Amino acid sequence: MKKENVIEVKNLSKVFGDFTAVNQISFEVGKGEIFGFLGANGAGKTTAMKMLIGISNPSSGQAKVAGFDVYKNAEDIKKNIGYMSQKFALYDDLTVKENITFFGGIYGLSRTEIKEKAEVLIHELGLQEVAKELVGSLPLGWKQKLSFSVALLHAPKIIFLDEPTGGVDPITRRQFWEMIYKTANTGTTVFVTTHYMDEAEYCDRVSIMVDGRIEALDTPKKLKDQFNVKSMNDVFLKLARG
Amino acid sequence: MKKFIGFVKKEFYHIFRDKRSLFILFGMPIAQIMLFGFAITNEINNVDIAILDQSKDATTQELINKISVSKHFSIQQFLANEKEIENVFQKGKVKAVLVFEKDFSKKLTTASNATVQIIADATDPNTANTINNFVGSILQKYQQELNTTAKIPYQIIPETRMVYNQELKSVFMFVPGVMTIILMLVSAMMTSISITKEKELGTMEILLVSPLKPALVIVGKVVPYILLSVINAFVIILLSIFIFKMPVQGSFFLLGLESVLFIVSSLALGILISTVSNTQQTAMMISLMGLMLPVILLSGFIFPITSMPLPLQVISNIIPAKWFIIIVKGIMLKGVGIAYVWKETLILLGMTLFFMGLSIKKYKIRLE
Amino acid sequence: MSITVQHISKSFGTVKALKDVSFEVKEGELFGLIGPDGAGKTTLFRVLTTLYLADEGAASVAGFDVVKDYKDIRQNVGYMPGKFSLYQDLTVAENLEFFATIFGTTIAENYDLIKEVYVQIEPFKNRKAGDLSGGMKQKLALSCALIHKPKVLFLDEPTTGVDPVSRKEFWEMLKRLQQKGITILVSTPYMDEAALCDRIALIQDGKILEIDTPEAIVKHYPKTIYDVSADNMYLLIESLKAYAYNYSVFPFGEFVHYSDSRDSFRLEELKGYLETKGLQEITIDIAETTIEDTFMELAR
Repeated sequence: MKKENVIEVKNLSKVFGDFTAVNQISFEVGKGEIFGFLGANGAGKTTAMKMLIGISNPSSGQAKVAGFDVYKNAEDIKKNIGYMSQKFALYDDLTVKENITFFGGIYGLSRTEIKEKAEVLIHELGLQEVAKELVGSLPLGWKQKLSFSVALLHAPKIIFLDEPTGGVDPITRRQFWEMIYKTANTGTTVFVTTHYMDEAEYCDRVSIMVDGRIEALDTPKKLKDQFNVKSMNDVFLKLARG
Repeated sequence: MKKFIGFVKKEFYHIFRDKRSLFILFGMPIAQIMLFGFAITNEINNVDIAILDQSKDATTQELINKISVSKHFSIQQFLANEKEIENVFQKGKVKAVLVFEKDFSKKLTTASNATVQIIADATDPNTANTINNFVGSILQKYQQELNTTAKIPYQIIPETRMVYNQELKSVFMFVPGVMTIILMLVSAMMTSISITKEKELGTMEILLVSPLKPALVIVGKVVPYILLSVINAFVIILLSIFIFKMPVQGSFFLLGLESVLFIVSSLALGILISTVSNTQQTAMMISLMGLMLPVILLSGFIFPITSMPLPLQVISNIIPAKWFIIIVKGIMLKGVGIAYVWKETLILLGMTLFFMGLSIKKYKIRLE
Repeated sequence: MSITVQHISKSFGTVKALKDVSFEVKEGELFGLIGPDGAGKTTLFRVLTTLYLADEGAASVAGFDVVKDYKDIRQNVGYMPGKFSLYQDLTVAENLEFFATIFGTTIAENYDLIKEVYVQIEPFKNRKAGDLSGGMKQKLALSCALIHKPKVLFLDEPTTGVDPVSRKEFWEMLKRLQQKGITILVSTPYMDEAALCDRIALIQDGKILEIDTPEAIVKHYPKTIYDVSADNMYLLIESLKAYAYNYSVFPFGEFVHYSDSRDSFRLEELKGYLETKGLQEITIDIAETTIEDTFMELAR
């Protein structure tokens, strides 16, 4: 059964003046895949991702996200994807319910839809007690799970996660990843960037960017075999040290 | 459309849940209207004046009476002779001196006119003008009263003399005030921002966990600004002298010393502000809102303090700028020496020591 | 004892940041404080470096009491707070010189101590600290904390946000520093770095879960852990969670770490159960218990 590709990237580049941030990268991501987009800070991950989510124009190359061309149909892309980052996810001075209502509205959901989904969401995450509390008062782990769910309110085909897990405790981190697994299982594609190499292990496939280029692209297992190491962290060390 | 409304709704939530924005939206306008409403006035009330009555006859008595009951004026002193005029101006006790010439009544009846000299302290040209006008109108009214019963019209002629600023240049009023505001703002804001910046960046932590004594940190922060502010003050004074032709009648050296004193008081204020602010933004807002606005309004350099309601007059006494402006005007325009401004200098010194003591006390040797 | 902590508690308003924390660090030890964000690591560091006053309890560093002798402590410790707090607008050389001066020493005096770290950033010595990469800033911050040859070094999350290569190098440097007799207290959320310490304290929500050598802590895990894998990760996790005898089920990369509540059981039984759930390509092997496993067990 051939997997449908939801992201197709060919020789994509981004140049700022005489600095090439992203240097002719090519890859594909299939439907329902958990794809890890790794690299050190400054390797070009964020720049590449901005092009894929339609907020930055590439300098050259081609890319299609959810079937839409990044040059011509950036607005359509935005309607079909979800986005969550560690730096910003929800408004701290709005309550849980207000955040859901706001983002639901932004994504174009009707009032009844929002109401239904809000109830389901709050129940699933066990947030009934704090539904009317300001998000800023919630522990980091709960905020994370909530923002993930909010990014999925409009049932997008792909969800982009930009460094989603900060220094949360190991248990919370895993609960978050279980949510990711569940989401991928329903057919939503998950595109994750992170510099936590241990999270790379959770992905179906990973790509590692070094200085604007993709230097490795495969499943974690195959990469570890290829470099004869035991962890993705060691794969990265081998790649970076040359 | 719905998305738009959803967005606007969210913005309202943000505004109402943020104390700072609420304060700016509602608190500040109210405070400002009150302040401006009461402080800004073109009227003059209770202006201190002195009278030199060289006649001491019935007419002058009546005139003086009319002046004394006017709400505009408050007679502080009766001078004995002309030599005392200079003195009373230099001491800054009065804003105007009225001189009634000798044989006033006689001159009025025989020569049909007599003069009243209105000598006004024009270091504040607006006030001087207004005093002139009000005195003039009182004299005119009395003149009219006399003329209803007289056969030959009497004339009371007011002779105006503006001292210290004959051309009534408003720049003479503004420059000392502006110099004060600039020195104060730069010193206070810069020190408070510099200290809170270290707090924000986290480098303050490292400084604390080091042998460097906290007192030295403060002094170290302040010293560069003393030097730079002194240069600033120097440049401003030079500009005022050469471009605006302001005189420096008194001692340049004394002016310099007093400026340094004022700068130090502002720096101390800056340190005090930094002890209650955790971010540069807070420090800046307190410096601007808490210092600049009240100082501009209540230091007396634009709007006369005596015309303000009593509570504001009392508050103006705790503003260091008010005392410094008196000193600067005294030295530059009136040419007075330390003998005449020692009181203000002492007050400024006291305030400086108070701020510094308070800052040292409040300076935290730990993070919380 | 280089550092002693006795029943330290600290609250901020209603939040209890530290709850009855006690431990000791020997002279010359490389001691790790391991825990996630919000565990209380930074608060504890600030109490020990005399920046906070504890609500309860007592502590001493290098023989000095943190309350009474705070001035002595401030002269004798090196402190690297999170976020590499350096002066961004001063150059590498200027930063180093500044910190040397306020500690009453010169760069030359203790150069041999920082040499190993410093040679890596020396080529950039005239570059402003704000323009350095994360790994470089980290090395500069370490140099500045060492410049006065402190007896005790406090490093608060020195490797957070830094690339794996720099992280590895940093820990190698710490090991070598330790040989020069400096006591080092490091905090980190990275469990894999815990293994590099002499002893560690696991901390969560203001409480110490366990203190011991990394090897001993791993041995404390009460059960055998198995690496289980199958063709569908999500289904595997759900199935194991639904399994009546499970004790712990946690995703661990390409495997799931599974431990059973029974004292012993037959692997074939588990395999058979998973097959009934529709899973294929099932593998079950004994796994190496890690500190992370133990942490999660203790934090339950």
